Amino acid sequence: MALLEVQDLHTFYGSIEALKGISFQVDEGEIVALLGSNGAGKTTTLRSISGLERARSGSVRFAGQEIQRTAAHRIVQLGLGHVPEGRRIFVNLTVEENLMLGGYLLRRTPHEVQLRRDEVFERLPRLLERRHQLAGTLSGGEQQMLAIGRALITRPRLLALDEPSMGLAPILVQAIFHTIAEIRKSGTAILLVEQNARQALRLADRGYVLETGSIVLQDDAKALAENRRVQAAYLGGEPEVAL
Amino acid sequence: MSVFVQYLVNGLTIGSFYALVALGYTMIYGIIRLINFAHGDLFMVGAFAGWLVVAAAAGMHLPVAMQLLLALLIAMLAVGLLAMGIERVAYQPLLKSSRLSILITALGVSLALENGAMIAFGAGFDTFPANILPLTGFHLFGAQVGYVQVAMFALALLLMVGLYLFVQFTPVGTAMRALSFDQDAARLMGINVEGVVLITFLLGGSLAAASGVMMGLYYTQINFMMGFLMGLRAFTAAVLGGIGNIPGAMVGGLLIGVLQSLSAGYISSQWQDVIVFAVLILVLVFKPTGIFGERVVERM
Ligand SMILES: Nc1ncnc2c1ncn2[C@@H]1O[C@H](COP(=O)(O)OP(=O)(O)OP(=O)(O)O)[C@@H](O)[C@H]1O
Ligand SMILES: [Mg+2]
Repeated sequence: MALLEVQDLHTFYGSIEALKGISFQVDEGEIVALLGSNGAGKTTTLRSISGLERARSGSVRFAGQEIQRTAAHRIVQLGLGHVPEGRRIFVNLTVEENLMLGGYLLRRTPHEVQLRRDEVFERLPRLLERRHQLAGTLSGGEQQMLAIGRALITRPRLLALDEPSMGLAPILVQAIFHTIAEIRKSGTAILLVEQNARQALRLADRGYVLETGSIVLQDDAKALAENRRVQAAYLGGEPEVAL
Repeated sequence: MSVFVQYLVNGLTIGSFYALVALGYTMIYGIIRLINFAHGDLFMVGAFAGWLVVAAAAGMHLPVAMQLLLALLIAMLAVGLLAMGIERVAYQPLLKSSRLSILITALGVSLALENGAMIAFGAGFDTFPANILPLTGFHLFGAQVGYVQVAMFALALLLMVGLYLFVQFTPVGTAMRALSFDQDAARLMGINVEGVVLITFLLGGSLAAASGVMMGLYYTQINFMMGFLMGLRAFTAAVLGGIGNIPGAMVGGLLIGVLQSLSAGYISSQWQDVIVFAVLILVLVFKPTGIFGERVVERM
């Protein structure tokens, strides 16, 4: 059964129709890539799912429940995590405070929050060294790790990641993708928005291609990576050999 | 020397009242970027609420200490709830519209509170019962320090420290600091932003009420317009400390109180507000971020 099921979703910014009736799904434990060029509507898709943007019509079902009209903070509670574009960590708070806020929903059991925070520190040791530092003083890669770590504290069933590798050096991109693979192993499904289509398709099970607010292609990740149109538009034209 | 100390003691006492009100300005500004012009009037409503409770409790022949305690607690609760109601009804629907419309709404709320109080309590002065507070005290460097002054200052300080600890060390307090920086990201942490904003108004309102009750007891006279000047002075204090900054509001309030007391003492009480507002203008010109504020304010 689908964990996330989006049907005929329309989202507007004023009179601009940013999503023109998209439908897709993410199954339990799956990694699904959402590809598309700048302005295609990838970020809008994630924001419409997590409740930051109100879709005008259509349906979003998560774990069998309709959430299209649910408030953002309740959607998180249901187990849908969202690491937004540009990280959006709280730069005025310390690393530790950022993680504690990731556990805000568990605030009545502080002990549990500490346990899970320590788990994040274990997985991302760089954060441990910098726990008392203001988050704004972290490097770009560390900030991204913090943004992901913060979203993991609630142990979401689905994690939506918006361009986690944006602006990072290749070695850090590898580290991020490695982390994503690890997260999936722990049972969390992932909806991955990426400019780095090659890497994303290598990691993903399936993928969708978004163009100006509509889904124009959907297939297994492998088939997408071999697709001519995808190669021309998102993989720089050369055939993918590394697969 | 002894005169100077006297002015200092008096200044710190009224400064602690200013600081309590300034905290509300600064917290509300920090969280939703609103200069809540109605905040001074909440202080006034608090003074009247305390006055009503004292009258009722005295009628029931409760001991004075009990009268004062009840006045403080009931006024804080009532005004805190009033502040929440105002936020929910008047401000929340406008949070997504232009800054100007919410600012004008705040002015409207201020007028409504002032005129409401005038209708309810009349345009004249009401007084707390004489001698409800002890007039005794002690000498310090030749200055006369009332026990009442000490108690009020200590209470104000206690409330301020309590607030600081709450904001700094509890999850909800951390959520306040987070959402003042990035509301969407706060929502993604599962924070009910509207709820946390309401809590901020609850806290701000009850601190203003505590200040109102203490100031009413201290000067014994209260009036429906008393929130106006207090609002201006507390706002000045918040700006002086760096608006949005909690320790800044505390220090700013104490500084304004002392400055006002010194200028009233050494120059003339007619000049005290001129001097206070001259300071506001100088701060705005030379250090717009205030004493503690270093981060740039305008982000919305
Ligand atoms: N807040 C907004 N107000 C108005 N238009 C918006 C807003 N946010 C996005 N848009 C428009 O909606 C469309 C989709 O934007 P979106 O941010 O979802 O694209 P994207 O696929 O995430 O792009 P990128 O790869 O550059 O991040 C674009 O045309 C964009 O200009
Ligand atoms: Mg985007």
